[in-house]
Amino acid sequence: MRAPLRRRGGPGPGPRPARMAFGDRLRTGAGGLRARPTRVVLSALGIAIGIAAMVAVVGVSSSGRAELDERIGRLGTNLVTVSPGSDLFGGEATLPEEAQGRIGRMPEVESVSQVELLSGTNVYRSDLVPSGESGGIGAYAVDPGLLETIRAEVRLGSGLNPATRDHPSVVLGAAAAERLGIDRITPDTVVLIGDTYFSVVGVLERADLAPELDNAALIGRSVAERVFGAEGEASTVYVRVDPEKVASVRERVGRNANPERPNEVEVSRPSDALEARRAADQTLNGLLLGLGGVALLVGGVGVANTMVISVLERRGEIGLRRALGATRRDVRTQFLVEAMALSALGGLAGVLLGAAATAGYALLRGWPVALPWWAGVGAVCVTVLIGAVAGLWPALRAAAQQPTEALGSA
Amino acid sequence: MSAVPAAEFTAVGRHYPGGVRALDAVDLRIDQGEMAAILGPSGSGKSTLLHLLGTLDAPTEGTVRVFGHDVGALSDDGLSALRARSIGFVFQQFHLAPNVPAVDNVADGLLYTGAGFRTRRRRALRALDRVGLTDRAHHRPHELSGGQRQRVAIARAVVGSPRLLLADEPTGALDTASGAAVMELLGELNLEGVTVVVITHDRELAARLPRRVEVRDGRVVADSGVAPREEAV
Ligand SMILES: Nc1ncnc2c1ncn2[C@@H]1O[C@H](COP(=O)(O)OP(=O)(O)O)[C@@H](O)[C@H]1O
Ligand SMILES: [Mg+2]
Repeated sequence: MRAPLRRRGGPGPGPRPARMAFGDRLRTGAGGLRARPTRVVLSALGIAIGIAAMVAVVGVSSSGRAELDERIGRLGTNLVTVSPGSDLFGGEATLPEEAQGRIGRMPEVESVSQVELLSGTNVYRSDLVPSGESGGIGAYAVDPGLLETIRAEVRLGSGLNPATRDHPSVVLGAAAAERLGIDRITPDTVVLIGDTYFSVVGVLERADLAPELDNAALIGRSVAERVFGAEGEASTVYVRVDPEKVASVRERVGRNANPERPNEVEVSRPSDALEARRAADQTLNGLLLGLGGVALLVGGVGVANTMVISVLERRGEIGLRRALGATRRDVRTQFLVEAMALSALGGLAGVLLGAAATAGYALLRGWPVALPWWAGVGAVCVTVLIGAVAGLWPALRAAAQQPTEALGSA
Repeated sequence: MSAVPAAEFTAVGRHYPGGVRALDAVDLRIDQGEMAAILGPSGSGKSTLLHLLGTLDAPTEGTVRVFGHDVGALSDDGLSALRARSIGFVFQQFHLAPNVPAVDNVADGLLYTGAGFRTRRRRALRALDRVGLTDRAHHRPHELSGGQRQRVAIARAVVGSPRLLLADEPTGALDTASGAAVMELLGELNLEGVTVVVITHDRELAARLPRRVEVRDGRVVADSGVAPREEAV
């Protein structure tokens, strides 16, 4: 007995089947989804969640990077800080008094501004706070051009200006203001520095290029000399240089600051820390993307499962289509397109969801919203591919079904 | 004009593994333009015979020719093309797509013929017109009576102007009046030139048809023969 039902696909003797138009293939494949909307939504959900997670990861990290880029652009990468390091015996070194002046005479230097930590001087909100609870806020004597040099922004009030510089007035770093509980400035807002009340004239935003000043109280140099006996011994010199010459300045500035002991000078570029944060993001992203990938895999299995059930349930439809003249190829393509459409639907929903999550998170953090176009396009392409892989076996099963199967049964 | 027969069976057997002989040693010739009933008890092989006529199945023995094509020698593509262009099917359970309007169900009868979307719809409306369902074109199957559903299915079967129309117990799920209306419609289509083969176990309905083929245990046990028609002219 010869097996009658296995036939070659492809052309052979006899009439040729008509080619189905691309639009008809799409319509027929996607049309199968309309019959069971609930199931479509549920099985597309897995894909949607996986894609949403991945898109959100990409979106949030690129929004974060856009924000960082914006900040780095605003702050510039051409700030160099010079501070005393340690001497040969591990003790604390000091910078010579002339350091600031000598650095300022380097031709590449655009501006220079130093701060001096007034060690042993504590800062309190009032004299009721016990001296042990100063919160580690450091008092600094600063030069007039400091805020411009480090590009720190004033959140409340103003910076130290000539009118306030020589009087006991103070500008607080962001963290210091928070610790002291100062969130607005009135003429009566004062803090106690050492034994002297200073009026608070301003509060700064976080200073990305000088984070050491976030927890600081900044007072004018002449007041500091008068009240605390400051000696002009720099704890940090901030140097803004020609952006093209940063590397060269970095190399030579130590020798300029302390010609006798250049090894006791520490030179750094604070924008390096910001740039390093971009790289740090990447490792976390890899992990989250991996998790999204796992969700996607599970989603793909869900699609395959749905398609297997669909093929079993629709044996009557398959038989009918074969009776209407569908080739095995037509049936296979129909179910393959259906699986791809199902998966792509999930992908599309996932992209929208992920974009919404990105926008929500970025707006919450005050970042610019940045979602690279390739994330959306890539996500949809990937889901189409997942659909093709998930739908392949069910589609082959559907195409292999005998035309007579299920046609006679109710 | 002596046209090629619509179908010609020569010593046809359709055996299944395990010794089931759904059809055995059947010789049968159906000429174009005929209208024949296939009668027989349940399990006698009627559906098997119809599937072979419609190239949905192939014989394990003997040869089946449909419009001259040896069904056993055609590829899947060849058979599919033959079905798409020349053969229409009607089933007892209608096999309409749920939630899809009648006109789109009918238009699917042309999906595999290469006709464009607009053409398919236009011809579907005409086919619905032909079966008397002009005003039901946009109803979904569950909004139609059994008789109307079967007429939609007939419209789908004939929308591509097939030369051979095969119906497997088309009245089986219908009441007497709807069943009679369906048989009348098939008769009219036959008068328009379509070869019609219809399975029924309603002897009364069958008695009104020009030819009756009786099947029992996979064999043709009685055949009222080809009714003499235009050949005499
Ligand atoms: N796929 C199959 N495998 C095995 N036996 C089958 C198959 N299809 C039909 N048969 C058998 O062939 C015989 C004829 O079936 P069928 O043509 O459906 O009869 P009818 O339509 O006259 O009721 C029955 O005995 C049935 O059990
Ligand atoms: Mg039957």
